[in-house]
Amino acid sequence: MRVVFILWLRQVKRFFRARSRMVGAIGQPLLFLLALGYGLGAVYKRAGQGDYLEFLVPGIMAQTVLFAAMFYGAMIMFDKQFGFLKETLVAPVSRLKIMLGGALGGATTAVIQGLLVFVISLFLGFRPQHWLMLAPALLILTLLAVAIACFSSGIGSFVQDMQGFQAINQFLVFPLYFLSGALYPLTSVPTALRIVAECNPMSYAVDALRDTMIGQTHFGLLKDFLVLILTVIVLTIFGAYRFRHIEA
Amino acid sequence: MAAAPTISVQHLTKRFGDFTAVDDVSFAAQKGELFALLGPNGAGKSTTIKMLTTLLKPTSGSLTLAGHDVTKAQDDARKAFGIVFQDPSVDTEMTAYENMELHAALYGIKGSEIKARVQTLLELVELWDRKDTLVKNYSGGMKRRLEIARGLLHHPHVLFLDEPTLGLDTQTRNLLWDYVKRLSREEGMTVFFTTHYLEEAEAVADRIAIIDHGHLIALGTSQALTKQTGTKTLEQAYLELTGKTVRDEHADPREAWRARHRARNMR
Repeated sequence: MRVVFILWLRQVKRFFRARSRMVGAIGQPLLFLLALGYGLGAVYKRAGQGDYLEFLVPGIMAQTVLFAAMFYGAMIMFDKQFGFLKETLVAPVSRLKIMLGGALGGATTAVIQGLLVFVISLFLGFRPQHWLMLAPALLILTLLAVAIACFSSGIGSFVQDMQGFQAINQFLVFPLYFLSGALYPLTSVPTALRIVAECNPMSYAVDALRDTMIGQTHFGLLKDFLVLILTVIVLTIFGAYRFRHIEA
Repeated sequence: MAAAPTISVQHLTKRFGDFTAVDDVSFAAQKGELFALLGPNGAGKSTTIKMLTTLLKPTSGSLTLAGHDVTKAQDDARKAFGIVFQDPSVDTEMTAYENMELHAALYGIKGSEIKARVQTLLELVELWDRKDTLVKNYSGGMKRRLEIARGLLHHPHVLFLDEPTLGLDTQTRNLLWDYVKRLSREEGMTVFFTTHYLEEAEAVADRIAIIDHGHLIALGTSQALTKQTGTKTLEQAYLELTGKTVRDEHADPREAWRARHRARNMR
C-alpha cells in the first residue's frame, strides 16, 4: 500500500508543481466550451433541442478527463527518457503496484482537471440539476479516469518514445472522443455513426455523466455503469499485463 | 569454512536471437571487494549488469547476490543491491529529500528510520543543506552524488556503479571514490563497477575482469594483469588483451540484433 501511495503522491505533487500543465488543463476545454457552446448554441436551440451549453458541459468534462488521463502515458515516456523508470523497476516491489500507483496518481490529476472544468462552467451559467447528484458524477469521472490511465500505462509500456506515443494518442483518443456522444445527441445521428458510438465505451461515460448532471440519458444509467465498470476491469488488466513487460 | 562470495556468476549466457551478447561468463566477488568490469563498447558489460540487477533475464547460467538467486528470489536479490545507473535515474521534478523518501518507501524502510538515514547519507555526499532543492537545479556531479546516497539507503550488500564518473570533473571523481571506498571498508559492502577510465580501475579496484565479444578474457589484480601481458600499466595490458581497433558496435545488443535483422531483410 505504501508503495502505491508514494507513487500516487509523486504524480499529484508533480501536477501541482507544473503550472503550465494547469493552464493547459483549463485552456483547451474552456476553448471548446466557449467556441462550441456559444457557436452552436443558437442552432441547437432553433432545432428545438434546448440549451446546448448545458448539454455540452458533461461532454467536455469527460473529454478533459480522457485527455488528461491519457497524458499519464506521456509521463511514462518521460520516466523512460529521464531514467526514473529504472529506479522503480529494480526495486523489490511488484510491477502491478508500480503500475497502479502511477495510474491512480494520473487518474487523480485527471479528475481534478475535470472538476476544474465544472467550476468554470458554473461561471458560464451552467447549473447541475441537483447538487447531490454531483457525488455519482464524481464517481463516474473517477471510473473513466482510472480506466484511461491504466490504458495509457499499457500503451506507454511498449511505445519507445514520445513521438510514437503522441501518434498513438492522436490515432486512438480523438476518435474515442469525436465518435462518442460528447458533442452531439446520439438520438438523431445516422445509423452507422450511432452503431460506432454504441461500441465506444466513452459514450457510456459521457451518457452517465449527462444523466447525473442534467437528467438526460440515451442508454440509461444502469447500462452506463455496467459498461463503465467492465471497461475499468478490462483496461486495468490490459495495463497491468503490458506493464509486466515494460523495459527501461 | 570459507564465506560464500557476495556476487556469484556461473556460466552466464545471454542471447538475442542468433547474437550472443554474453557467452559463458563466470566470476565471483567477495564481501567488501571492489570489483571492476572492463571492456570495449558492445563487449557485454551493460548486458551483464542488467542481468545482475534483474532488468534482463539470462538465457542460461546462474546468478546469486548475497546468497539470493537473482532469477528465482528476485525481490530478495533486489533488496541486496543498490545501483547507480550510467544515465541519471532521479526524478528531477522532485527534491533530493523526496527522491530519498520515495526510494525508502519502495524498499520498505520503516518510517521512523527514514529521516535519520537520509540525513546521514545526504551529509556524507554533502547535499544535506540542498535537500529541499528540486533536483533539476542540481549539477551533474550533485545528481550523481544523490544517486549514490540513494543507492545506499537500504543498506545493500552490493553497490553497482555503471560508469559512475563519466562526465565528472577530477575533483568530483576523487570525492566520489573516497565515499565509495570508505563505505566499502566500513560496511563490508561489495562494489561492482564499470569504467572506461583505466587509471581509475587501477587505483580503486581490488580485482579486475575484462570482457570482450561476450567472453571473459582476463581476471585478476591490476598487477597480475600487467604481469600476465608483460606490460607496465593496466591501460597497456588492456589494449594488449582487447586489441587497438575502435569498436562501432551498438551499445545496446538488442539494437545490434535488430540492425542485423533489418540488413538481412533488405537483401
